[in-house]
Amino acid sequence: MPKLIKQGCIADDPWLPLNPDIIAPAPDQIRNLQQWLQLPDKSGSAVQLESGEEPLPLFDYLQHIKLIVLNFAVFTDGRGFSYARDLRERGYLGELRASGHFIRDQLTYLLRCGFDAFHMADEAGLQEALASLADFSEHYQAAIDRPLPLFRRRRPTGR
Amino acid sequence: MYVYDQYDQKIIDERVAQYRDQTQRFLAGKIPEEEFRPLRLQNGLYVQRLAPMLRIAVPYGLLNSTQLRKLAEISRTYDKGYAHISTRQNVQLNWPALADVPDILEELATVQMHAIQTSGNCIRNTTTDQFAGVACDELEDPRPYCEIIRQWSTLHPEFAFLPRKFKIAVCGSTQDRAAIHHHDIGIELLANSVGEIGLKILVGGGLGRTPAIGSVVNEWLDKKHMLTYLEAILRVYNQHGRRDNKYKARIKILVKAMGIDAFREAVEREWAVLKDGPSTLTDEELVRARAFFDAPSYQVLDAATSNSALSAQCTRDPIFGNWIKRNTQAHRVPGYRIVTISLKATGFAPGDVTAEQMELLADLSDNYSFGEVRTTHQQNMVLGDVPTVSLHELWQRLQAARLATPNIGYLTDIICCPGGDYCSLANAKSLPVAEAIQMRFDDLDYVYDLGPLELNISGCMNACGHHHIGHIGILGVDKKGQEFYQVCLGGSQSKDASIGNILGPSFKQEDMPDVIETILATYVTLREEEESFLDTYRRVGIDPFKERVYAKAH
Repeated sequence: MPKLIKQGCIADDPWLPLNPDIIAPAPDQIRNLQQWLQLPDKSGSAVQLESGEEPLPLFDYLQHIKLIVLNFAVFTDGRGFSYARDLRERGYLGELRASGHFIRDQLTYLLRCGFDAFHMADEAGLQEALASLADFSEHYQAAIDRPLPLFRRRRPTGR
Repeated sequence: MYVYDQYDQKIIDERVAQYRDQTQRFLAGKIPEEEFRPLRLQNGLYVQRLAPMLRIAVPYGLLNSTQLRKLAEISRTYDKGYAHISTRQNVQLNWPALADVPDILEELATVQMHAIQTSGNCIRNTTTDQFAGVACDELEDPRPYCEIIRQWSTLHPEFAFLPRKFKIAVCGSTQDRAAIHHHDIGIELLANSVGEIGLKILVGGGLGRTPAIGSVVNEWLDKKHMLTYLEAILRVYNQHGRRDNKYKARIKILVKAMGIDAFREAVEREWAVLKDGPSTLTDEELVRARAFFDAPSYQVLDAATSNSALSAQCTRDPIFGNWIKRNTQAHRVPGYRIVTISLKATGFAPGDVTAEQMELLADLSDNYSFGEVRTTHQQNMVLGDVPTVSLHELWQRLQAARLATPNIGYLTDIICCPGGDYCSLANAKSLPVAEAIQMRFDDLDYVYDLGPLELNISGCMNACGHHHIGHIGILGVDKKGQEFYQVCLGGSQSKDASIGNILGPSFKQEDMPDVIETILATYVTLREEEESFLDTYRRVGIDPFKERVYAKAH
């Protein structure tokens, strides 16, 4: 079974990967947007968005979807960071997974934007990559992992 | 000025550790060059023509003497004993070794400095008025807002991979000294009809290949909404800015394509989600931020006595008097003046400062100006709070270090990027052109007679020398492998912002002093009494200049 980082640990990926060429994917298979839109019952579903596919069509089903994968075509395309926050801010509680071309040095930002699972191209590097999740223990801004900005949490020095 | 507490220090220290690990993995071949590139850029490290260049952040241009001494020490240990003040008020080192950069960052962190987001497609150093807090025409000190923006934008997880770089400037005075019309976002502190100070937000200004003047996206915003509103703008840009062509990726292109009204609506939609959320500024936070910029403990001085003493000194020593007239200006507190240190001595690259000069300025700031120094986007430095009675002594010490060139705001106070001598992006050299012009116009009386004049030189379309907004702008271009220079006239970076018009075909490097001389002679012939270069240009247009310059050149 393929491995990924999930909730801060290395875990098995129980989902079958996306196959755009089949008309009726299995129940435990990740679907692309087209396949997913055709699904009559979205509960327990998994959908993958490609770079530049906005999450708008998902908004009405956020409480039913089990897995959303945002696939990065290139690691410098930062749209997925905003999409992830948007999904979480609208109440999505399921698994939010990054896949495709992103790099371990982005893990801490991806985590802050609401991703909780990371499917990395290089499975051998997963253990080392875990370290990057802990690059920062303090942050200035509000984000998904810590909804209060530092200025609402700051305690005066020496207390 | 702002002082770190344990939280700020921890964030900066963790950033140093992160970057050290990234550098080590890169040097060990574990990160490919194309993946390391944005990582190093987000820490200010460019790989340049001759060596890497490290850009160190000077948040809104404010340094204390300890930081300045540390910069001097770093420039000596890791570089060639000098540094360069950039047009974004930052400090650049031209010769550091890539492997040394983590050590440099660690040194900087000991004095509460860093190089975070001084490059890359992210939110850059926020800039402001170099006379913030001391200017007579100031409505409110913009620096607390700059600091709040600095913290919000530092390592912002959502906006580290924007379509392109993103620059914010804030101004709080009648005269705009921060060029807010030429930034991705420009913020002006402004009173509404009942006298309450809020924020006017401009968006989509910029220089580069497609110069543009910012459009008003919000006429007046309550300060407490500053961060949520900025976040909404950035979200629209991050999702919809073009990513297919880096020359069309700045927010100005998006604003133009959508139209300001549609853009505003998109921002309002995003803002509806964020407004009044946790990033809404609290009164406590505004008070906390302002407290760092409280006025220092000024002495109570009698303006009349100090001014008459100063006049007497100026009469006795006309060279000093001239420097007072050109390089100092009125301070909001009686008995004090603002001093601009010219880094534009002929024969030295504009904006360059040696380690010895930095150390001297650190000492002088301790002696005369509450231990603080400012950098300016015109590539000079400022001592903001000098008692009038100390000016003569200060001037003597500056003069001995070649830091008293009396040319602030005049022709030879040239704004100039490092150009083809250093920069791998440049099409042409810019420093030799600056020097040739400074040498040609070595007659100070003629320079003063020309009045206030901004001459800006960029070595390429990236416009680091801000050539579009100089009264006279020079742009280095590449013509079949040869360096040529295009001239534009009539730009302005003030509240009457405008973008210069191209004069005509470009010129060879050796012709540039003649070309500038002809342009200035044309102005002198055409000007009406007391009329500045810019005003004359606006009255008569480009044609008379064109005729004279090209008649002479051909």
